[in-house]
Amino acid sequence: MPEPIEKVSIIISRGSLEGVYPGLLMANGARMEGIEATLFFTFFGLDAIIDKRMDHLKVATVGNPAMHMPTLLGALPGMSAFATKMMSKEMEKIDIPPVREFIEMIHDAGGELYACKATVDMFHLKESDFCKQVDGIISIGEFYEKSAGAQIIFT
Amino acid sequence: MGSIEFLGKQLELDADGNLKNMTDWNEEIAIELAKVEGIEKLTERHWMVINFMRKEFEDKGDAPSIRKLTKESGVNTKEFYQLFPKGPVKKAARIAGLPKPKGCI
Repeated sequence: MPEPIEKVSIIISRGSLEGVYPGLLMANGARMEGIEATLFFTFFGLDAIIDKRMDHLKVATVGNPAMHMPTLLGALPGMSAFATKMMSKEMEKIDIPPVREFIEMIHDAGGELYACKATVDMFHLKESDFCKQVDGIISIGEFYEKSAGAQIIFT
Repeated sequence: MGSIEFLGKQLELDADGNLKNMTDWNEEIAIELAKVEGIEKLTERHWMVINFMRKEFEDKGDAPSIRKLTKESGVNTKEFYQLFPKGPVKKAARIAGLPKPKGCI
């Protein structure tokens, strides 16, 4: 019998709605299975934990062939907002919460959330810019330390 | 796949190790199932979760999502994880005599 997974470290590196959700779902799913979960937000993924931005993440309608939408159409004003609304509606139907509620849920479930220090410095962010569920701003080295024994998943 | 003996009764289990027949379940069996899961005593709060799950299952045919459960059962996320440590949804479903929940959330 292969060893069951005990711990995962999930990196969220993108800031679009569809870029953020897979990592959140994986983290929550891990906690539901009794697996330890650490989330590390880096680059534009930080938008998911920035207090002022996390409620306004959008679906990218350009540069995504799986949207099956011509690039120029996807670039029209309002298109991204429309796609976001549609996706949020579908997610609500199957009980996937909005980003802020999802972050709270993962935090309350014992998942840990960290912001990447390099990105925080690059974007001139402060600790007070983040939602209160964030456990800290850590370096990549610290991320690897915290990930000891974990499977690392990059999204 | 296997069976388990509780209170002098042989109960059939499914492939996930949950009760095969929901009709085998009763509160005494739940107490025994909980012990197997490492929960020595089922408190009032545990029962709130178990009863909510059973009711949802009867209405919808699957256990509730963790979001629905923690919003509507009266037990919040933090407490739910404390009541049923290490895999709360699966564990609570098993104790409630239900099959393993199908949902991802």
